[in-house]
Amino acid sequence: MLKRTIYSLAIVALIAGCSSGTKLTDAPVTDRSGTAGGQQGSASAVAPVTIDPNAGTAQGPVGIERIVYFDYDSYTVKPEFQSLIDGHARFLKANPQRRVSIEGHTDERGGREYNLALGQKRSEAVRRALTLLGVNDAQIEAVSFGKEKPAVQGSGEEAWAQNRRAEIRYTR
Amino acid sequence: MLPALAQFRVEVSGVGLTQLPIALVPFKGQDASPQKISEIVQADLERSGQFRGVDASGQALDEASRPDLALWRQRTADSLVVGSVTRLGDGRFDVRFRLWDVVRGQDLGGQSYTVPQGDLRLASHRIADYVYEKLTGDKGIFSTRIAYVTKGGSRYSLWVADADGENAQAALASPEPIISPVWSSNGQQLAYVSFESRKPVVYVHNVASGQRRLLANFRGSNSAPAWAPDGGSLAVTLSRDGGSQLYTIPASGGEPRRLTQSASIDTEPVYSADGSTIYFVSDRGGAPQIYKMGASGGAPTRVTFSGTYNISPSVSGDGRWLAYISRVGGAFKLHVMELATGNVSAITDTSADESPSFAPNSKLIVYATHLQGREALMTTTLDGKIKARLAGQGGDIREPDWGPFQKQ
Repeated sequence: MLKRTIYSLAIVALIAGCSSGTKLTDAPVTDRSGTAGGQQGSASAVAPVTIDPNAGTAQGPVGIERIVYFDYDSYTVKPEFQSLIDGHARFLKANPQRRVSIEGHTDERGGREYNLALGQKRSEAVRRALTLLGVNDAQIEAVSFGKEKPAVQGSGEEAWAQNRRAEIRYTR
Repeated sequence: MLPALAQFRVEVSGVGLTQLPIALVPFKGQDASPQKISEIVQADLERSGQFRGVDASGQALDEASRPDLALWRQRTADSLVVGSVTRLGDGRFDVRFRLWDVVRGQDLGGQSYTVPQGDLRLASHRIADYVYEKLTGDKGIFSTRIAYVTKGGSRYSLWVADADGENAQAALASPEPIISPVWSSNGQQLAYVSFESRKPVVYVHNVASGQRRLLANFRGSNSAPAWAPDGGSLAVTLSRDGGSQLYTIPASGGEPRRLTQSASIDTEPVYSADGSTIYFVSDRGGAPQIYKMGASGGAPTRVTFSGTYNISPSVSGDGRWLAYISRVGGAFKLHVMELATGNVSAITDTSADESPSFAPNSKLIVYATHLQGREALMTTTLDGKIKARLAGQGGDIREPDWGPFQKQ
């Protein structure tokens, strides 16, 4: 059974060759705009839609960090992040209707697909840490961005250390 | 070292041992034509590494001429290409050429094409294919296409271009990353990984129509698509059962069937041309190495043994060669293995190589690298001796995949 979480990022798909027009994607677009102003009720009203890159992100527990950092070539959750894990575990157990996506990342070194799999190990390590504390596995999806979405651009250990991470994002 | 052809953005470098000297006379009417036919043909042939252009200046010849072959022998040409390009009344163009064997004094034939302006480059590439096949006996790849991804600011695009990097058209534009594009065997579809839904999912995308279908959006990450040569299924990497494992899934979508069963990372599958074997990356031995297994799964055997980090396999269509990226020191370098012997060569002197992909005639590899501070696409002969940098879009350019032979 597919577990599908749809986020509201619109894509413009340009069609190669002679076809015209743009193709809408499978991902539905959320209307995050305000009112349509003076055009309400008008037959020619156009409701403006602004893509909100943070759409689909909900509020998690206040005051608790949501990023776990990792050592090079490692997907072990270090002890210093245990209280962060505890905080999210308590929140998720107290709120069983809430959902998180754990997003694993790597630094820029190495191949894209292999790094996608390494990032996946990081997000799954955080998922495991949460389920070991009793969180229902169905509340968690572990995904990876590999090296595609660094938090910090650039090279060198300082940048790399900030990119080796798993982010806990509440989706519901 | 060959001089760069200043009028193109293709820069060819290197010297090969067996380069056939060929003279390509500017086509009659070329000065007034939107595309310089003889120059496109010459760039194609030189990029193959098997030809060297000789001085063809100062001659006014076309496909009907009877050339002075002694003159061309004097200029050290073994072969001669002449032709013409004429604008027709309806706006189309008539392109004709003839190939001469200078040494034997033989007419090796020619073709004529009537094409709209937009297909003048394609006609030039077909001429290059004809010349290449007549003189080497191998099929030319100059009319084929490549796909690649660019990143400009926060915008990602998936492009389809001619094999020389020109004539690029955008198939997809997205504010989120696109990786791992791969052509189907019939050249009509691309599969790729898109992060537009804030997780990696695999799409199958018809290039001509722009229609696309979500192939894999299972729980967790979905990536590394590879087409089975018969087009009926794809291999993918899924994390739905924990970890990153290989599955096969029908091209029309549906339930995946698991191929690997390990506690390690298994990813980057690629099929052999006959569809019998899957090569893939696994770190089941402690570090990523390339393995192979039967296409229905089964016990994998290890293929790479030198180096501690080997990824991104590509197998040649003739089944003889494996190209891959090996980390050497801190550098990521393109290597080629002869599969029958296991002999390996490092064939580049760059240090950030990625994503190798064989041309469908098994004679060239396209890959991404960093050159002079910029991301660039390069082609190389299998011995590394002749390299060319491809024309490309602005912005970072990466993830090339070489498409199949096109049906005429």
